[in-house]
Amino acid sequence: MTDICSLSLTALSRALQDREISAEEAVQACLGRIETTEPAIAALLHVGGEAALEQARQLDAAGPDPAKPLWGVPVTVKDALCTKDMPTTAGSRILEGFTPFYDAFAVKRLRDAGAIILGKANLDEFAMGSGTENSAYQKTRNPWDTSKVPGGSSGGSAASVAAGQCFASLGTDTGGSIRQPASFCGCVGLKPTYGRVSRYGLIAYGSSLDQIGPLTRSVEDCARVLSVIAGHDPRDNTSDPRPADAYHTSLDSLSGDAPLQGLRLGLPAEFFAEGLSSEVREVCDAAITTARSLGAEVVDISLPHTNAAIATYYIIAMAEASSNLARFDGVRYGRRAPDVKNLEDLYVLSRTQGFGQEVRRRIMLGAYVLSSGYYDAYYRKAAQVRRLIRDEYLQALDQCDLIFAPVSPVTAWPLGSHDQDPLQAYLKDAYTLSLNLAGLPGLSLPAGLGAESQMPVGIQLIGPSFAEAQLLAVGHALEEALPSLPQPRL
Amino acid sequence: MSDSATIDPGTVAHMAALSRLSVSQEEEALFARQFADILGYMDVLAKEDTSAVEPLYSPVQHEDRTREDLAINRRERDAVLANAPAGPKADDQYFVVPRIV
Repeated sequence: MTDICSLSLTALSRALQDREISAEEAVQACLGRIETTEPAIAALLHVGGEAALEQARQLDAAGPDPAKPLWGVPVTVKDALCTKDMPTTAGSRILEGFTPFYDAFAVKRLRDAGAIILGKANLDEFAMGSGTENSAYQKTRNPWDTSKVPGGSSGGSAASVAAGQCFASLGTDTGGSIRQPASFCGCVGLKPTYGRVSRYGLIAYGSSLDQIGPLTRSVEDCARVLSVIAGHDPRDNTSDPRPADAYHTSLDSLSGDAPLQGLRLGLPAEFFAEGLSSEVREVCDAAITTARSLGAEVVDISLPHTNAAIATYYIIAMAEASSNLARFDGVRYGRRAPDVKNLEDLYVLSRTQGFGQEVRRRIMLGAYVLSSGYYDAYYRKAAQVRRLIRDEYLQALDQCDLIFAPVSPVTAWPLGSHDQDPLQAYLKDAYTLSLNLAGLPGLSLPAGLGAESQMPVGIQLIGPSFAEAQLLAVGHALEEALPSLPQPRL
Repeated sequence: MSDSATIDPGTVAHMAALSRLSVSQEEEALFARQFADILGYMDVLAKEDTSAVEPLYSPVQHEDRTREDLAINRRERDAVLANAPAGPKADDQYFVVPRIV
């Protein structure tokens, strides 16, 4: 019998539409996998097994619907996205017990497409972190090696997809939070262009940086999910009005012996400099050789502000976080401190008890860089450098079609490595966060295992705004030529 | 920009007050050290000449478009109040907080 959980979303979807597999069988298979793998990886904060089975039975009774592209497909959703009648915590004690009465736009789009939401995936509290160790509830572990982190902040989503618990997961990416865990867990992850997917119903971290996107086991699966969740939403005024594509239909536009003929891939010198581990460099070099063999031309480019981008990013992200998280005051939802005497105490104690240390650290730094006397030196300065970074990317993309880069300088690290030194963890985001500042799309796809660690290594393709169709088509061609990873042994 | 020496425990207490947070004495020392490291690192931006650069606050590319001004009942009172925190929190009409006058 076929192991349902090892199928791609694309293959499962076809089998569901052809009635070879029922929606209930698909959900049962995923729930079974969740039961056997959760003790080892702790990817999920909530599993709605009964509700998922009930929904699957209703779908089966009505029969497959070709107009619903994800009919019967079990998925998980990062717990930073609101799900109607399903707990939503953002990985924080301050939202313990919160059950939204509405769906995020992207979640509603999944449901309307026939997808079944199995549960909510763990994350660093309010998406602040890169290892999923900062969740207030549990530490997620990497399915490839459970002594290591899955990456973050969408680490629950990546681990869940890699372990076969679901066929896709929605993550969010503020500075690499989709692409880096995808890379660490051997998945495909896409951060769309800022404005491509509505942020309505996303618990905001850095509003000018946040984007929602898919994590999947193949590029085609990723394209199918993006086709469902992309599009304009008047409830998010940063949502772009231009129509979305049917991204999965143009994947085969590049085919033949030399599918990348005429494509210019830019290699940013600063991303291949000091700090890049030798095992990640080797996998990247091999992938560049593969791209060349498919006809791509490789050109050297420069992004001189790569180093400055880290400071720029953290100033802006922390400033926006301090403002966004002001809404958590213990009054309307979530945790309220008991036995308070006045309103000021209610605010201070509810927040102090409800937020974890990394969140408090970022709120305080954010308030500081926005405060009188420091605003110009930090926040305004960072916004000015942000423009330089954006312009630098646009100039680089004049010299090439797409940028080719590593996702992370290293493979997944052991749990607990950065407990005492947050700055060292921030520095590892150098290759992912600059494109959030610029608003550009980035696709992470697995390219091999690191020789030393035997852990997955992802490569990143970065494109111009709204070039998702091209990114996915090139990613698809590369994926077919790159060595495919084995399944993680769990 | 910052001078690591300026991140003393008093500055941490000020940052906490701005953030409506309280910090224990133990955490004050830890945060003072970490903030000095992090803000010290941010000093790399001082080297950038931005005298002629307009700040970029958002990567949005489209023009703002206003919605039609229609009244829509998107949220029901009961649904909103259902998430009021535990304790004496809501009276079926409003959220309740400690007396302020």
